[in-house]
Amino acid sequence: MKTNYVNILIGAAAALILLSLSMFVVDQRQTVIVLQLGEMVKVKTAPGLYFKIPLIQNVRYFDSRILTFDSMEPERFITAEKKNVMVDSFVKWRIADVKQYYVSVGGDEIRAKTRLMQTVNSSMREEFGKRTINEVVSGEREKIMDTLRQKADLDARKIGVQVMDVRLKRVDFPTEISESVYRRMDAERKRVANGLRATGNAESEKIRADADRQREVTLADAYRDAQKIKGDGDAKSSAIYAAAFGRNSEFYAFYRSMDAYKQSFKSKSDVMVMDPSSAFFKYLKGSGKAGK
Amino acid sequence: MGLNDPQWGKKNNGGPPDIEAVLRDINKKISALFGNKGGGTGDTGGGSSNKFNASIGLISLVVVLIWIASGFYIVDASQRGVVLRFGSFVETTQPGPRWHMPFPIESVEVVNISQVRTVEIGYRENVKNKILKESLMLTDDENIIDIQFAVQYFLKDPGEYLFNNRAPDENVRQAAETAIREIVGKNKMDFVLYEGREQVAAATTKLAQDILDRYKSGILLSKVTMQNAQPPEQVQAAFDDAVKAGQDRERQKNEGQAYANDVIPRAKGAAARLMQEAEGYRQRVIASAEGDASRFQQVLKEYEKAPAVTRERMYIDMMQQILTNTSKVMVDQKSGSNLLYLPLDKLIQSTAQSAPPSPETQAAGHTEQQAVPPVPMNEAAAVMPRAREELRGRNRESRQ
Repeated sequence: MKTNYVNILIGAAAALILLSLSMFVVDQRQTVIVLQLGEMVKVKTAPGLYFKIPLIQNVRYFDSRILTFDSMEPERFITAEKKNVMVDSFVKWRIADVKQYYVSVGGDEIRAKTRLMQTVNSSMREEFGKRTINEVVSGEREKIMDTLRQKADLDARKIGVQVMDVRLKRVDFPTEISESVYRRMDAERKRVANGLRATGNAESEKIRADADRQREVTLADAYRDAQKIKGDGDAKSSAIYAAAFGRNSEFYAFYRSMDAYKQSFKSKSDVMVMDPSSAFFKYLKGSGKAGK
Repeated sequence: MGLNDPQWGKKNNGGPPDIEAVLRDINKKISALFGNKGGGTGDTGGGSSNKFNASIGLISLVVVLIWIASGFYIVDASQRGVVLRFGSFVETTQPGPRWHMPFPIESVEVVNISQVRTVEIGYRENVKNKILKESLMLTDDENIIDIQFAVQYFLKDPGEYLFNNRAPDENVRQAAETAIREIVGKNKMDFVLYEGREQVAAATTKLAQDILDRYKSGILLSKVTMQNAQPPEQVQAAFDDAVKAGQDRERQKNEGQAYANDVIPRAKGAAARLMQEAEGYRQRVIASAEGDASRFQQVLKEYEKAPAVTRERMYIDMMQQILTNTSKVMVDQKSGSNLLYLPLDKLIQSTAQSAPPSPETQAAGHTEQQAVPPVPMNEAAAVMPRAREELRGRNRESRQ
């Protein structure tokens, strides 16, 4: 009885092993090739559960996702104006034709990458050689990337690979050129700084000069107007004087002289040397003759 | 439809009942096998073998239950479950307790979708911890600038995220790096550093998102935050100086303006003073002219009544006034000797100095001099206290 059970168990185990050997799962992320004694018989791209002939057929799994090949170290390229630039890039690729891929690179990712790198590098060298730094950095960056992708894709098809994208990351100067770029930037900033300071100075001077001019003009205008007013005053007073004094000019001369004499000699520091013969002292000499 | 058919997994979306049916079928077959050989559950014969059968049945039941229970899993609120049946994507499950068919048949991958993930470019952890290889880049005008930024993203489609790219998170870094270099490369340094930061960040987000969409990465960038955009350290000093120069320029302008603000109002004030003075002068001149004229006219009126007398009186009045106020020297030329010494300069000097008032010594007919003129007392009085105070001040100083 017991041997029966054991037999059954063994039989079941063997069946299970056989089943597991004859089934395989293709993941969403994978593509599978079924090899029959080294010969490719089937390619399974759709995910799911599949059967194979155990022992005779075996399967190889390939990643069907988008893979990245990132050149970690920047590569040196020469542009049209014979300048060096350091460039690094990454390539997005996926296995498009597993059969082809398996045949040409043996399904070895590293070999595929090496192959891709060579292609991309050589077409990069070509594209950079045609263009100036400015075009590479700025103007034609997209165009270069597009060309690189097309060229790489064309070549990669031969090994069953589809190149999705080639993108440039760094496009920089080598260190020794960077230093001179820094020096240039430095000089440029100094130029800007000096320009700013000089224009500041000039503008300040302009404002000051303008202020000075305004001052001069204001003062001159004021002087002119003041003189006008004064002249007006002088004219009016002259008219008044003339009107008044004109009535008896002889008496005015006398009157005015009297006044002027009084004004002229009024301090003790004025010393008068007098001759007693002057009219004032007429009576100093004698009382004169009454009735004469 | 055989199990071997590649369509098997896909079409059978009503999978569970089918599989259960298959399982039931298998169970039945197994029990039939056991029943045939060793007697089923209904068979009461053979006690020990019966027990053995029962225990085997129990064990296999427990095993099957555990197997089925292994399909339970919990999806957190921030997560989504992605269920694969034989490696093929079946469904995305929402948060809550879930069950998938146990191991060989179905599997689940739980992905956190709402968590915001961050990639730092140009630095790690701290902005000071720079990665120059990533942060230095060329601008359109061939200058080099130093940019640090962070990219925040989350997943918009867990299925795409899992299945389309081998290193999906690395994609974000690559896309962001290539995008920012492309954007910076298209712009001038000053734009990137100063006025255009926001635009650069926005353009980078858009470009990087386009790239990620092209790879069907299932990732949505939420934000590109510029941590730092500055000139490289080597030229920092010069840039700072340029900024300072800008400030200097403003300062100089302000100083000029300050000067103008000082000078112009002063000039206006002076001008106003001139005008007022002129106005004052005019009025004074006219007023005094009117006064003078009026006075003259009044005198004239009286003069005309008696010209000779008035004239004489006015003359003598004048002479009197003059002679009382001034110093005088009378010289009689006729009676005097031939030689007359008159030290006029001394006279003037002595009158100018505050000579003590002397009695009016006058001798007619001789050379006489009067060196008297008294200094007005108030003037002397004004001088004296000042001198005294100075003296006092000096004393105080010397004492201290």
